[in-house]
Amino acid sequence: MASIESTARGLAGELKKNRADYSEARFEESQTSHITYRGKGLESIGRATASGGNVRALVKGGWGFTSFNNLDKLSGRISLAVEQARSAGSGKSKLAEVGPAVDEVPSGVVKNPVEIPLAEKKRLLDEYNEIIWSTPQIQTSTIGYADSRKKVVFLNSEGSFITQERADVSLRLTAIAAKDGEVQQVGLSLGSRGDFGAIEGLHDKISEMARHAVELLTAPQAKGGEYTVVLDPVLAGVFVHEAFGHLSESDFVYENDRLRDIMKLGKQFGAKNLNIVDSAAEPGLRGSYKYDDEGVRAVKTYLIQEGKLVGRLHSRETAAKMNEKPTGNARAINYRYPPIVRMTNTYIEPGAVSFDDMIADIKEGIYARNWYGGMTSMEMFTFSAGETYMIRNGKIAEALRPVMLTGNVFSTLKNIDAIGNDLDMNQGGGCGKGSQMPLPVSNGSPHIRIQHCLVGGT
Amino acid sequence: MEYILARAKKVAEEAEVFQVSSEETQVRFEANRLKQLQTNQTTSMALRIIKDGRIGYATTTGTGDEEVLVRNAVETAEFGTVARFQLPDTKDYPEVDIYDPAVESVSIKEMIGLGEEMIAAVTGHTPGIMCEAGASRGVISVRIINSRGGRAEYRKSFFSLDIEGNLIEETDMLFVGESESSCHPLADPQKVTDLVLRQLDLAKDRAKAPTRQLPVVFTPNGVGSALILPLMSALNGKMVLEGASPVGDKVGKTVFDKKFSLHDDPMVGYRPGSRPCDDEGVPSQRTTLIEKGVVRGFLYDLQTAALAGTQSTGNGSRNRGGLPAPAPSAFIVKPGKTTYDDMVADIKEGLVVEQLMGAEQGNILGGDFSGNVLLGYKVENGKIVGRVKDTMVSGNIYKMLKDIAAIGSEARWISGFLQTPPLYCYSLSVSSKG
Repeated sequence: MASIESTARGLAGELKKNRADYSEARFEESQTSHITYRGKGLESIGRATASGGNVRALVKGGWGFTSFNNLDKLSGRISLAVEQARSAGSGKSKLAEVGPAVDEVPSGVVKNPVEIPLAEKKRLLDEYNEIIWSTPQIQTSTIGYADSRKKVVFLNSEGSFITQERADVSLRLTAIAAKDGEVQQVGLSLGSRGDFGAIEGLHDKISEMARHAVELLTAPQAKGGEYTVVLDPVLAGVFVHEAFGHLSESDFVYENDRLRDIMKLGKQFGAKNLNIVDSAAEPGLRGSYKYDDEGVRAVKTYLIQEGKLVGRLHSRETAAKMNEKPTGNARAINYRYPPIVRMTNTYIEPGAVSFDDMIADIKEGIYARNWYGGMTSMEMFTFSAGETYMIRNGKIAEALRPVMLTGNVFSTLKNIDAIGNDLDMNQGGGCGKGSQMPLPVSNGSPHIRIQHCLVGGT
Repeated sequence: MEYILARAKKVAEEAEVFQVSSEETQVRFEANRLKQLQTNQTTSMALRIIKDGRIGYATTTGTGDEEVLVRNAVETAEFGTVARFQLPDTKDYPEVDIYDPAVESVSIKEMIGLGEEMIAAVTGHTPGIMCEAGASRGVISVRIINSRGGRAEYRKSFFSLDIEGNLIEETDMLFVGESESSCHPLADPQKVTDLVLRQLDLAKDRAKAPTRQLPVVFTPNGVGSALILPLMSALNGKMVLEGASPVGDKVGKTVFDKKFSLHDDPMVGYRPGSRPCDDEGVPSQRTTLIEKGVVRGFLYDLQTAALAGTQSTGNGSRNRGGLPAPAPSAFIVKPGKTTYDDMVADIKEGLVVEQLMGAEQGNILGGDFSGNVLLGYKVENGKIVGRVKDTMVSGNIYKMLKDIAAIGSEARWISGFLQTPPLYCYSLSVSSKG
């Protein structure tokens, strides 16, 4: 069987000579393993291999895209993509200038996680499950572990030829407590860029998670309404991703004049102490890479600086159409999809306020920790906490059922009135956009305080 | 496939090979214009073996090596779950109509035409709106063979239309949208756009929602976005087996309002969720889950059913290439007697919820839901007066479905896998910034 590099090399000439304004091909091969538990026993253990590729072409502003995992007759695939692009295009092709890159990027992991014996992975997960089950009143548990190693070869009609490897590890655990028809759950999500060690040694955290699930059985529900809310770094990371990150993805903005007006650079979105960054160039995080799926070098992009909108995330096309610099944010979840504008590692930069000072003057508020999920419609967004506590007279008080918080990007960011000094990145997230999910990303933030945040409840 | 089965039989007691291939063609519109044509071809294969009584599992997509597939399955079997089931030796399956050859002959030009028509209808109605739209067609082929002689094979066509509109006024963003899918070609985009135009009409004016308990009508889309996930989880045989389903020990008992009935049906003609057998080769059947408020059954695959001491309901599903697990094929909520218009007319002050964002992020197992009203309207004195924003609706589906005001008479398919009428609830918690 031919390697994907040699398959790709064989196609380079044809990509250059076809009649499209621009064309590219991406080949991919991956190995993964997964182990899941439901309840006391292992539910599923498996290994998978996958390979395939795609060709994308641009003619007069219209795109053609064809994906396949049968690697025969590749010339026909190129013709098809070009033909499709020709049928779709009726304007002018615009792509930001990017010099061709020829590079080989290794995965950077010492030990390929996929090749660690299943027995070793299972031993660790058994220990974790045992901890959950040794907690009284735990009804059941779920554990989902997955790892992958992937090689992607990208080449285009401008002469780029980039081979990138990456590895990924993710773990999600849930403890489910039940009593008298009440069911409560608490989860924990972690991940790393291929380092299995990142999910070892979690015994204490998992024990605390299981105890908290039981505690929730008797916890009251929050009363719905507006509160002063303090978010921990994990949930604040989800908040910045949902509340602002998605709005900075310019594929939604670039052809929408009204939205371009709203998202004018220089517009004030938050207070002076608010700085938001997206950067695939940070080393070693789950959203990190050297080149995106259009072969564009990743950079650190300030989205908000001193409360002002100063940048946004681009593909080559959106950058060209908005006359801005490309940022290397075009990503595809796998070869079956064309790249679209996505976040990478998104975070709020740390400020100076300590956690104690942040809650000291709150008479009645909510402290929300850990994440369960988040969603956005650009303007309005929701995000849900994994753990919730009341804050009373400057102190963390009783536990509540986990709450869902909601906000409006045009007011909520302005309502952030304190930013902590304790930045932490969460690596357990997976982001969904269109049908492409879960894409490895990381989010982070220090503790933050939001005034007048709407909380769902009874 | 036969070769892999033969190889696997040499090293394991039982084996099953599952293969799915698909070819899909899409036209996508962005910002009211044609943007991309796309084709996707994919084939993947899964091998499940039973070796020394334990389940081993491996999959391959693309040009994967057959020997590697068998080796991976054998390696995982060492740690796999003890198999409690027998693979089916079935060769006969019910006739389910899911393939229409006309789908494959719809030209790209016609598909582009459908997209253009949808966009013209919506932009013609509301100038300034930006639409994303698409038309998609394709064929999926499934083949399953196993070491007990079981054999299943079918081909399914699908066709779908979707449109989403985004209207921005100052910093206010309105999202509307609809989609439709079938195993037949869809030739009438007006069916889809009429629903979008109706959403636009109703959302034209703004209204304020108070923070308190209010009656709420969920449209079929609203039911899909807020209420179905907790039910899917509670009626899943696996959750029942683990004791994590709140209705797991309630078979034969009245848990819901007597107006509420729900079943799973993979045999409705030309629906994308339909098929003659599940992903383990178990023949399709219609499964009653809730009948007049009484819990009647749960959804099972082979292994879960064996562990629970019952029969598979033919709901083994290989979502995302994993081992089969119970999942609904198509949930069908039985329509009631009240028209949607009568529900709205009955409300003095309340809400109509069309889309609830984030409702699936809560404590699904316990039935709690809470979400932001992405698209919803205020009702005053029996009339919709405008769109509400910055508003949350929270509740618990068990409390809510125990005593429901009315079930609508007009059912609609949502997302291809749910058919439901509107539901009218007496009282839910509403929090709003007005």
